[in-house]
Amino acid sequence: MNLLSLRGVSTFYGAIQALRDVSLEVEEGEIVTLIGANGAGKSTLMMTVCGNPRARSGTIVYDGRDITQVPTHLIMRQRIAQAPEGRRIFGRMTVRENLVMGAEVAGHTDIAPLLDQVCDLFPRLRERLTQRGGTLSGGEQQMLAIGRALMAKPRLLLLDEPSLGLAPLVVRQIFTAIRTLNRETGLTVLLVEQNAHQALRLAHRGYVLVNGTITMAGTGAELLARPEIRAAYLEGGH
Amino acid sequence: MIYGLIAVGYTMVYGIVGMINFAHGDIFMVGSFLSLIALLSLASLGITAVPLALALTLLFAAGLAALYGWTVERVAYRPLRGSFRLAPLISAIGMSIVLQNFVQVGQGARVKPMNALLPGGVELMNDEGFAVQLSWMQIAIVATTLIVLAAFTWLVTKTPLGRSMRACEQDLKMAGLLGIDTDRTISLTFVIGAALAAVAGLLFLLYYGVIDFFIGFLAGVKAFTAAVLGGIGSLPGAVLGGLLIGLIEVFWSAYFSVEYKDVAAFAILILVLIFRPSGIMGRAEVEKV
Ligand SMILES: Nc1ncnc2c1ncn2[C@@H]1O[C@H](COP(=O)(O)OP(=O)(O)OP(=O)(O)O)[C@@H](O)[C@H]1O
Ligand SMILES: [Mg+2]
Repeated sequence: MNLLSLRGVSTFYGAIQALRDVSLEVEEGEIVTLIGANGAGKSTLMMTVCGNPRARSGTIVYDGRDITQVPTHLIMRQRIAQAPEGRRIFGRMTVRENLVMGAEVAGHTDIAPLLDQVCDLFPRLRERLTQRGGTLSGGEQQMLAIGRALMAKPRLLLLDEPSLGLAPLVVRQIFTAIRTLNRETGLTVLLVEQNAHQALRLAHRGYVLVNGTITMAGTGAELLARPEIRAAYLEGGH
Repeated sequence: MIYGLIAVGYTMVYGIVGMINFAHGDIFMVGSFLSLIALLSLASLGITAVPLALALTLLFAAGLAALYGWTVERVAYRPLRGSFRLAPLISAIGMSIVLQNFVQVGQGARVKPMNALLPGGVELMNDEGFAVQLSWMQIAIVATTLIVLAAFTWLVTKTPLGRSMRACEQDLKMAGLLGIDTDRTISLTFVIGAALAAVAGLLFLLYYGVIDFFIGFLAGVKAFTAAVLGGIGSLPGAVLGGLLIGLIEVFWSAYFSVEYKDVAAFAILILVLIFRPSGIMGRAEVEKV
């Protein structure tokens, strides 16, 4: 069953149209990746799912319910979590406070085990629980942003460029963690990645976004094999 | 001291929505009038036990002023959120004038006097006719301010609501992504700020014994100076700034002239804005204007 589906969604910033008639499906238990050049509208799509900015036309259905007009904070309480572009951690709160907020959005009250799981995934965070978020290094902040999203134990995880600024080893750890969570707990993931090669290898399916329009869709392997994809997104790649 | 209570309201609203709530001083004035009305009606009802009357007045004034704060935000600011930066500022000045005229029409333009509620005091030392006296009133004001500020600090640092407020202040968009009802949190910020201003209004009434519809402007400017001096956006800064402004006024009156005491606050505001715009405890922030 589709956990998330967008039908003919258009989003505007003032007079600028950032998404044009976008339709996309994410099935329960799937990892779906969205690739596209800078400014294609990937982050806008992720944020539109969360209702900020709101879709001007089209419908967004999550878990069988139309959430197109639902206020952002109520959408997020339905176990959708996003680690947004630019990390957006709370710099003047402690690492622990940041993480706790991630858990509370989903109504979890037993925080300790969740905190443990996330700290097992990112041991750096455990050492820094009482430190202020703003004093973490860039990579640590990225870990915190992802950790905060995982604290919700989401059904649908929206990850916007999780590998940004992280060392290759840590990136591999994160990708492995995503795959493990997906296999073992059925976590559904919508992933935006600069590193299209790794993303397409991880994902079950992918969509290509060009200037706010979806131009191609297919399984990760299919897209990886397409010459136009290789030319546009994988040149000089690994 | 009183300025600290009002300054907290400026700082809170500035921190969370990035605007100066010019109507805040007038909420203080409204709170002061509400206190007067409450005290007089309580007296006519025969409730004269001072602590009880004060407690009831506090609840009444803070509650109603909170309602005013909520309404101001709803009517004048929320519809403008997301529009250009000057719009809510202009709206705020408009709201300030509306509140002033409203009280002027409803209560008259003449000053309203009130009898002292807590006469007497304690003598701290008496050295051959050179007496240092603290009136009960001063003690009550300091005690109330400290208690209210302590409760408020606890609210902001320790409770889920306080954390939501801090989250909204730091990143409104992300707060929404974490399931925080940002509109509600902003409303509550105005409500709490207004309640604190009303407490300040009550204390002002008790201390000076006379109020008129224009006190909000002067107190507002001084409290705003306190907020800027402490570093706008910083809560401890607002409290500290309030104390400093109070002290500076007292010393100014003692060594220069009482008539010019209001000049002191304005002078400080200008000096701080020129030499240290981020205030004592402020963060150096990139100005977004
Ligand atoms: N807040 C905004 N106001 C106005 N225009 C915006 C805003 N945010 C994004 N845009 C515009 O919308 C378009 C899509 O932006 P978006 O951030 O979704 O791109 P992206 O695919 O995530 O790019 P990147 O790979 O650089 O992160 C861009 O042209 C951008 O300039
Ligand atoms: Mg982006």
